[in-house]
Amino acid sequence: MSIFCKVPQAAPVAVFKLTQDFTKDQFPTKVNLGVGAYRTDEGQTWVLPVVKRAEKIIVSDDRLNHEYLPILGLPEFRSSVSRIALGDDSPAIQENRVGAVQCLGGTGALRIGAEFLRCFYNGNNNTKTPIYVSAPTWENHGAVFTSAGFQDIRPYKYWDAQTRGLDFVGFLSDLESCPERSIFVLHACAHNPTGTDPTQDQWKQIAQVMMRRKLFVFFDFAYQGFASGNLENDAWALRYFVSRGFELFCAQSFSKNFGLYNERVGNLTIVSRDTDNLKRVLSQMEMIVRTTWSNPPSQGARVVALTLTSPELFSEWKDNVKTMADRILLMRSQLKAKLQALGTPGTWDHITEQIGMFSFTGLNPKQVEYLVKEKHIYLMSSGRINMCGLTTKNIDYVAESIHEAVTVVQ
Amino acid sequence: RVEKSYISQRPDAQALWCFNITQREGKTFELHLTGKIKQQLSADPTLRPEYLSSLGLTKFTQRATEVALGKRSQAILENRVLGVHTPGFTAAMRLGAELLRHWYDVNAAWCGPVYLSSPCDDSLAGIFQAAGIQDIREYYYWDDKQRDICLDKLLEDLETAPEQSVVVLAASAHCPTGADLSQNQWAVITQLILRRRLFPFLMLPAQALCYGDLERDAWPVQLCASNGIELLCAQSFSHCFGLYGEKAVGHLLCVLKHNSLLLSVQSQADKIVKSLWSQPSVGGARVVATVLSNPAHLVEWQGEVKHIVERCMLIREVLRERLRLLGTPGCWDHLTQQRGLYCCMGLNGQQVEFLSKWRHVYLLPSGCLNVSAINGRNLSYVAESIHLALTTSL
Repeated sequence: MSIFCKVPQAAPVAVFKLTQDFTKDQFPTKVNLGVGAYRTDEGQTWVLPVVKRAEKIIVSDDRLNHEYLPILGLPEFRSSVSRIALGDDSPAIQENRVGAVQCLGGTGALRIGAEFLRCFYNGNNNTKTPIYVSAPTWENHGAVFTSAGFQDIRPYKYWDAQTRGLDFVGFLSDLESCPERSIFVLHACAHNPTGTDPTQDQWKQIAQVMMRRKLFVFFDFAYQGFASGNLENDAWALRYFVSRGFELFCAQSFSKNFGLYNERVGNLTIVSRDTDNLKRVLSQMEMIVRTTWSNPPSQGARVVALTLTSPELFSEWKDNVKTMADRILLMRSQLKAKLQALGTPGTWDHITEQIGMFSFTGLNPKQVEYLVKEKHIYLMSSGRINMCGLTTKNIDYVAESIHEAVTVVQ
Repeated sequence: RVEKSYISQRPDAQALWCFNITQREGKTFELHLTGKIKQQLSADPTLRPEYLSSLGLTKFTQRATEVALGKRSQAILENRVLGVHTPGFTAAMRLGAELLRHWYDVNAAWCGPVYLSSPCDDSLAGIFQAAGIQDIREYYYWDDKQRDICLDKLLEDLETAPEQSVVVLAASAHCPTGADLSQNQWAVITQLILRRRLFPFLMLPAQALCYGDLERDAWPVQLCASNGIELLCAQSFSHCFGLYGEKAVGHLLCVLKHNSLLLSVQSQADKIVKSLWSQPSVGGARVVATVLSNPAHLVEWQGEVKHIVERCMLIREVLRERLRLLGTPGCWDHLTQQRGLYCCMGLNGQQVEFLSKWRHVYLLPSGCLNVSAINGRNLSYVAESIHLALTTSL
C-alpha cells in the first residue's frame, strides 16, 4: 500500500493549462493572449541585447569567485535594485534604513516577506492577521500567503466591471472597514490582471487611510519600466509611500523588465524605521532564507547588478525596456483603433487607458469561450489579454474576432 | 557553520570547514569542463528566456533521476518516479519536507517524527521545522571513540522509532563526518526500514565524490528502490560539477509504489513549488543535463571528478602519515578508511576550542573539517596543531 494512495490531484493552474491547450491546437492562425511573458512583433521571446552583453562580460571574467553567495544574496545586486526602486536620492537609503533580500523571482520575494510577517508581525506567529489582495489579482498571491501560514485571505474591491475602471470608492471603503493592522498587497504599477492603476491623487488618499488605520503595505513591483517605459514614473507610488514614512515591504521581479524569466531574479526590499530595526529584521530574514533555498542563484543577479551599475549598460537597458513598453503601447492604440473602426459595440477607451502587459477587455466568460473555441484565440476566462501576444500580423484577426464575439455572444 | 567573520585575520589562520571543494589558493574549485559548457551555452542562440515549468528542466530531471536510480531501474521503466528540479539542495530538502507535511498523512498535517543523524548538517532540523514539522529526533551515528559509525546503537535507535517515522539518511558523503554506511550495513538497515515501516529520506549531496563513480555512491538509493520501498531522495550537483553560486542545482526524487499515483503527487509538488519559488533557476541544470546526456562529455567529466577524489585521498593519506610521524596519540586509520570531502577528526570540544583559540585553526564544533581545505602550504601547520591539541594538557 503506498503512503501516497490517497493524495488527490490538484487542479491545474489556469494560465499554464491555457498555454498547453494553445500548444496542442493545430489551427494555423491561432493566437496566444494568455501567459505573461514579452513577445516581439514576430511572436518570439526576446533576449535583451544588454543582457547578452552583460552575460558575455560575466562569462569571460576570470576573477569571479564561483562560491555560494551569502544567504541574503549578491551585495551589489541588493543595493542596486533597492536603489532603482526607491531612487538614488532616497532619504530612506541615505538614512541607512533600507535593506534587501535577493530572492528566487518575485514569487520568492513575496514568500520570504510573507513568512517573516507570519512569524513576527502583529504579535508572534499570528496567522490570523487578514491578508487583503485586490479583486481580482495575480492568481498566485493567495496561495503564497496561505502556504506561509496565513488563514484569512480576503479581497479588497478594485475592478469595477461596469465602468471598466477602478472601483475607488469600494477600495477606500474596504480600507476603512478592515481590521487595523491588516496586510494589504498593493500592485505598484501595471496592475495584474486589469492594467488599471490608481492615479497619483488616488494613491495619496490610499496612503492617508492606510497610515491612519495602521495597515501594512506590501508592494508587488514586477513591472518597473515596463508600464510607462519610464523607471521613475513606474516607481512613483512606492516612493510616495516611503516619503510618507511607511515601513513597508516591496517584492521586486526582474523577470519581465530584464527578460530573465528562468533565472529567477527577484528582491525583497525592506524599508524600516531605523538601522537598528532593519538589522534585526535582516537577521531573521536570513534564518528564513536558510531553510528555504539557503543561497540564491547568482547568474541573473550578476547580470542585473552589472547592468544597473555600469552607465553604458544602464542606458542600453533603459532603451531595451522602452522598446518593450513602446511596442505594447502601439498594440494598445492599434487594437482600440481597429475595434472602433469596426464599430464594435461598447467603449474601448480602457484598452489605451490601461497600462502594462495586461488588459482587462471586459469580455464575459461566454465571449471568451467563443474566442477560444471558434477563433482559436486563447485568453483567460476573466477577459484578461496579454498585449504582447498581439503583433502587426495578427491584430486584424484578433480585432475582427473580438468584434464577432461581442456581436454574436451576449 | 564557521562564519567568515569569526575567523581571525592572522595570516596563519586556517578555516578548515567549508562546504565547497577548495583549490590550493583557497578559491572554490571549478571543473574545467563546467567552464567550457557554460561558455558554450551562453553562446547558444536557441536557448530562449522562457518560464520553465514548476518542476523544472525535463532533460535535467530525466538525467538526475537516471543517475540516482540507474538507467534500467524498474521504477523508472514503470513510470512511478517523480523528479523535481529545485534551486539547490536545501530547496530539495524543503520541498520534500513540505510534501511530507501535507501528504504523508492525508487526514491531517503531519508533524513528525523525523529522525536525523547525530551529528548532521545543522540546517536540516530548521528545514523540517520551517515546513511545520516540529518533532525532530536523533539517531546515533558517529562515535567519537570508535571514530566511525556505531551501527549497533544506530539500529537500536531506529528499532525504537515509531512506525511511519521518517528517517533522513546520507546515501554517501555524510556531512559533516564523511563516515558512510557500508553496503552490508545498508542491507541490514533496509530490512529494518521494511520491518518497522519507516520512510527513508535519502541524501545524495555529492554523488561521485567518494569513489569517482556515480553508480557506487547511489547504491543505497537503488537498494531501497529494488526492495520496493517508497522514498524521497534529495540530490545536489553543486560539488560534483563545481556549480556553486551562479548555478546551484538540486533535485528531489520521489519513488512511488504505483504509477497511478504519479500525476497526483506531481500535481501537489507543483502546487507547493508555485508558492515557494514558482519555478527553479535554469542555469546549472542546463550544464548538468548537457554533460550527462553526452557520452564524450561524461567521460571528460568523470576524469575530472577522479582527480578531485584522488586529491582528497592523497590529503587524507598524507595527513595520516604526518600524524603518525609526529607520534600523535590515537588511531588515525579512519582518515583513509573513510572517503570524500568531509572528515571528523574525533577531537573533543576542548581540543577543537584549543585549535581555534591558540592555533587559529577552525573546525566545526563537532571536530569535522573539509579535507580540500588542507594543502601543501598548511599541511605541516595543521598536523602540528592537531598534535598539540591532543598532547597539550588543558
